[in-house]
Amino acid sequence: MSGVMKRMGMIFRAKANKALDRAEDPRETLDYSYQKQLELLQKVRRGVADVATSRKRLELQLNQLQQQSGKLEDQGRKALALGREDLAREALSRRSALQQQVTDLETQHATLQGEEEKLTLAAQRLQAKVDAFRTKKETIKATYTAAQAQTRIGEAFSGISEEMGDVGMAIQRAEDKTAQLQARAGAIDELLASGALDDQSGMAKDDIQAELDRLSGGSDVELELQRMKAELAGGPSAQQQAIEGGAGGQQAQQQPQDTPRFDKQ
Amino acid sequence: MIVRIMGEGQVKVDDSRFPELNELDDELLAEVEGGDEEGFRRTLHALLEAVRKLGTPLPDDSLEPSELILPAPDATVDEVREMLSDDGLIPG
Repeated sequence: MSGVMKRMGMIFRAKANKALDRAEDPRETLDYSYQKQLELLQKVRRGVADVATSRKRLELQLNQLQQQSGKLEDQGRKALALGREDLAREALSRRSALQQQVTDLETQHATLQGEEEKLTLAAQRLQAKVDAFRTKKETIKATYTAAQAQTRIGEAFSGISEEMGDVGMAIQRAEDKTAQLQARAGAIDELLASGALDDQSGMAKDDIQAELDRLSGGSDVELELQRMKAELAGGPSAQQQAIEGGAGGQQAQQQPQDTPRFDKQ
Repeated sequence: MIVRIMGEGQVKVDDSRFPELNELDDELLAEVEGGDEEGFRRTLHALLEAVRKLGTPLPDDSLEPSELILPAPDATVDEVREMLSDDGLIPG
């Protein structure tokens, strides 16, 4: 048989043997290998932490995009209630672009979560192997004789170096994937920073909101006037009509004197 | 024989089961050499499934070297080709 699995097995073993052959005293190789294992364990743990950080960052961005998407939907509804279909259309087309971003980020999030789980399992497996190796290494060193060394050391060393190779590759692949995703997440950060998306403070006002505020502000003044007139006339208070309720009445039909300009993001 | 599935761990498979695994393994190698990504993916998954089904997982703290090694389920043809080259992706 000369298939993939046999060849890969041979390559791994050849690498382990080469490392062992270089050693004058195999016991030194065991100690050196143990140091390397501890370093790799640290690296895997850092890798898990890095992936988790990237995942949390994506979650934060997703949250922001979803909030913004919800806000645009509300604006669209409000604009329609005010009889401004042009504003509503603008809000909904911006929302549609955001939804695409949300879908992309959700896919990336699932990928990162998968990498995180794989690395966590790899770290647990490696930890168990490193503990077993430490025990075996000390036993071999304590009972060391040249005759028995090669076989026992070779077995322990090959087993652990194969695991290290496997985990080393897993961490490498996770790092590559994380780097790619971080670059994409960076683009979203830029969008957020540029004000294309609202910041979390909610202080920033976009052009749609400004126009809606102007329109509903006018409506509120009219409503307030009506209420005051009713009070002066001694009649019952005029009913407060919430614009969100879609009862814009005459005010909703008001056309603005100036045409709003949209800065397309 | 002990088989490592990269990224998953090791399983022990009874020697009598290898004729059927070898057939898939040879097919997999042909697909790697021919750069047939779709066929490679299909065969790799079939082979991994067979190994998982026929094998018994080794405990995490066992230190036995594997006789055979299989790529991770999401490995690509290019990655495997590189691993099979002498100094490929495998550290050491």
